[in-house]
Amino acid sequence: MFDYLEKQLPKLIMAPTAIVMLVCMYGFIGWTAVLSFTKSRMLPQWEFVGWAQYERLFANPRWHVALDNLLVFTLLFIIIALLLGLMLAILLDRNIRNDGALRTIYLYPMAVSFIVTGTAWKWILNPGLGIEKMVRDLGFTDFEFRWLVEPDMAIYTIVIAAVWQSSGFVMAMFLAGLRGVDDSLIKAAQMDGASTFRTYWHIILPVMQPVFFGSVVILSHIAIKSFDLVQSLTGGGPGYASDLPATFMYTHAFSRAQMGLGAASAMVMLAGVMAIIVPYLYSELRGKKS
Amino acid sequence: MKTKLTGLALATMMAVAPSAQAGEVEVLHWWTSGGEATSVAFLKKQLAESGVDWVDFAVAGGGGESAMTVLKSRAISGNSPTAAQIKGPSIQEWGELGFLSSIDDVAKANNWDEILPEVVSDVMKYNGEYVAAPVNVHRVNWLWANPEVFRKAGATIPTTWDDFMVQAQKLKDAGYIALAHGGQAWQDATVFEAVVLGVGGADYYNKAFVQADMNALNSATTKEVFETFGQLRQFVDINSPGRDWNLATSMVIKGEAGMQIMGDWAKGEFKVAGKNPGTDYVCVAAPGTSGAYTFNVDSFAFFNQSDAESTQAQKVMAKEILSTDFQRVFNLNKGSIPARLGMARTEFDSCAHDSMDAFVASSASGSLVPSFAHGMAVSEAISGAIYDSATQFFNSDDSASEGVAQLVAAVAAAK
Repeated sequence: MFDYLEKQLPKLIMAPTAIVMLVCMYGFIGWTAVLSFTKSRMLPQWEFVGWAQYERLFANPRWHVALDNLLVFTLLFIIIALLLGLMLAILLDRNIRNDGALRTIYLYPMAVSFIVTGTAWKWILNPGLGIEKMVRDLGFTDFEFRWLVEPDMAIYTIVIAAVWQSSGFVMAMFLAGLRGVDDSLIKAAQMDGASTFRTYWHIILPVMQPVFFGSVVILSHIAIKSFDLVQSLTGGGPGYASDLPATFMYTHAFSRAQMGLGAASAMVMLAGVMAIIVPYLYSELRGKKS
Repeated sequence: MKTKLTGLALATMMAVAPSAQAGEVEVLHWWTSGGEATSVAFLKKQLAESGVDWVDFAVAGGGGESAMTVLKSRAISGNSPTAAQIKGPSIQEWGELGFLSSIDDVAKANNWDEILPEVVSDVMKYNGEYVAAPVNVHRVNWLWANPEVFRKAGATIPTTWDDFMVQAQKLKDAGYIALAHGGQAWQDATVFEAVVLGVGGADYYNKAFVQADMNALNSATTKEVFETFGQLRQFVDINSPGRDWNLATSMVIKGEAGMQIMGDWAKGEFKVAGKNPGTDYVCVAAPGTSGAYTFNVDSFAFFNQSDAESTQAQKVMAKEILSTDFQRVFNLNKGSIPARLGMARTEFDSCAHDSMDAFVASSASGSLVPSFAHGMAVSEAISGAIYDSATQFFNSDDSASEGVAQLVAAVAAAK
């Protein structure tokens, strides 16, 4: 009896979590998928209309703005956050004094929620309150920095704020990776007369490939589900110029009584996440087996 | 024996119902700030006097979006509150889904058909029966102006849109921000609505933006509307995107800006700042709309209840909402005017008097129109499409014909 329990205990303990995951994640994903084929408006309705909601979605100019923004935002955000994080990690890894304090400073933005980040940057970037006013008060009266209020540039302000928030986290990941690199490898490279740059480029960075992968996956899903930052920084504006799929989905499903359309946009977002996660999982799982 | 018992039970119920224990009402609302919260507290007190307990179900957050989300989940799970703050065509949508309960007997007993203007009572009825009770009437097409700024700039308060451009230019030349505006979609839509009514008139407004008639939308008048709306871009300051409406109002109060186009809830801001209507600030109808009135009526809709006690409490609440006491106190606090006609008006200020007069006059002349920017005229889907088009146009350099094309496409897609 006791033996049996002991064998089954892990399964028993995992079961509730597994059930909750199955119902709350996969169950509702399935439900949303079904909803996206119905004509649901304010509340779910079971009249099926085939792909009509998807057709409406892709005929909507606002959705295309949101998709373009997502592409710009995701690419810039991931690339800049990675480069900046890596640079900070490498500099901190050079055994400088007080690196503990510096690490905390860079990591600290991560402790702040996106709402706070968004609100703070909204003030910093506001032409009448923030950087533009400050520089003008210093005497440079022709200075202009008003991306926040320019429809073409607003999406880049979201990149700035998101990078500020997340690059410290990337730095921490890389720092952990760097600390894990075998010292003897580096020593050997130095003995062979490799320059610091070559040591990093040819020896250390290739070792850190898993950290790169991990960071990209984490950053890209932060980017795709990005909602609170946009909401607090630009509110999707000016107009709907800085809308992202997540804000589009929320607006249509919940405040505009277009649940079917919102569900369709959620499914497209899911497809986007899958396109990134599935190849990653595939390579990870295959790597484990071999 | 059985009939006798039932009769006895009925008699007991009838005897008990109107007295002390009339149950409780759970009310979903988003009136959580300042004057609004005071008004809700007053209703609570009144109900307590009739023996009805008030269970507060306040979900804060701009314009009630979060409250609506909560309400939907409660309704689907079969646990609707007694009443919820719902307005405009949404009442019809909830009615169609079969969630609302008729309070027609209360309405008949208290002559609601007589004391409410028809445009308002129509909104409150589903299938010819009352399912909701109105608490107030907001006028949306107001122009708020700072006379001091106008005097310094040598400008006069405009009454037509052509004149508006001339006077706004004078304000701008004198170094003021001509139009205080917050660049949020609903505020863009509020100004757009005033332009639609001022340029196109009430008939056009009704055809294009209430019935969403495609021919009326795709017309020369709409192009003219967009031309005027586009001219306003130059009179708004660069910092407007994302600004809250009350900050725009305070720019007028402080004399940084000359005017703001906003509903009569802006009055509350002037009041709090200690300003008096007529001398410190002026309220006039938005340009070209002096005979017309865009209304925004807040109301409570009543949901089906499973037990008789709650239904009874619901009816007491419905009756109290249209009592003169509640209508007076609530609207004095909120800056709106009472939904019921023929009330004493001495306590209200001059702006409210104007609003009351215009309400009656426009009701008679047929130029009393529902506000599409505030969810009174069209379904949420269509008003969302109008929001998108208006805000996109106002924040870009699109030409008027591009604006029309975009509006027509968006409304067609939302239908």
